[in-house]
Amino acid sequence: MTDPDFDGKEATMKRILQWLAVLILLVAGMTWLATGANRGWTKTSVPVKTLDQVTGIEGITYEKKFRPGVDFLGAAALGAGLLAGASLFFRKPKPTTKH
Amino acid sequence: MKLIHLIPLASLATAVYAAPQAFDFKDPKGVNNAVFQLDAPLESINGSANGISGTVNFDLENPTATTGKIVVSVASLTVPNPMQNGHMHSDKWLDAAQYPEITFEAKSLAQVKTDGDVTTAEVTGTFSLHGVAKDLTVPVKFTYLPDKLSARVPNLKGDLLVIRANFVINREDFNINKGQYEDKVSPTINLSLAIAGAALKP
Repeated sequence: MTDPDFDGKEATMKRILQWLAVLILLVAGMTWLATGANRGWTKTSVPVKTLDQVTGIEGITYEKKFRPGVDFLGAAALGAGLLAGASLFFRKPKPTTKH
Repeated sequence: MKLIHLIPLASLATAVYAAPQAFDFKDPKGVNNAVFQLDAPLESINGSANGISGTVNFDLENPTATTGKIVVSVASLTVPNPMQNGHMHSDKWLDAAQYPEITFEAKSLAQVKTDGDVTTAEVTGTFSLHGVAKDLTVPVKFTYLPDKLSARVPNLKGDLLVIRANFVINREDFNINKGQYEDKVSPTINLSLAIAGAALKP
């Protein structure tokens, strides 16, 4: 026997949460790869070196740039895990046996 | 006036000419920088500082007599991660509010070697960080660039002095979280200084 409530709204909710979890993981992974696969912490600025021709000194200035790091991946994985975990609350109820 | 009377004047003129020049290290181009690197087992931290000022008195004819003080503003120390930046300046680490400057004051030079406009020496001085002063000996390279100021800053005439130094300090010597977080924040800090100072000429 099927539960009409689960088959309807709850099943859809479960599916949405699982897809969202996968989407978050994919987007975070692709963003991380596309921005240079930074294996350090997330950076909001990057050093830019400019050579002073007269003195030969390499000056360092910081340019605002978002470079997600492993903490970004971790946060995405945690978010995806929470969503996937939340989806488990929408379980198909066990059939009750009558004696 | 007899010729003999001119001798003291000539000596005085020579002495004035040979006097060390005062090079100001406040760089109008903002290129001067100090780079710091910490390589701990779990984490590597790289950053730089460009808030550099100070004066060095240098004479190419007598580099042994070099004196001066270089000051780095703690607030100008930057790492690319905003959270690490905040931690670094906080009272848990460098305490920029209470100890706003890192300084090195040269006391004496040894093993001085000059080749053309380049002088290398072991400079002993007092390094102050986080409210602790400690004597250090640092290998330093001085490059004297006569009349090069105008090439860098138009409308100004003068000489340049480039100072480069690489050395290592231990944060524990300066009471910065002694014995703590060593797996993430290395106790040894590699410092690289590359700075140019200017001495104006009339």
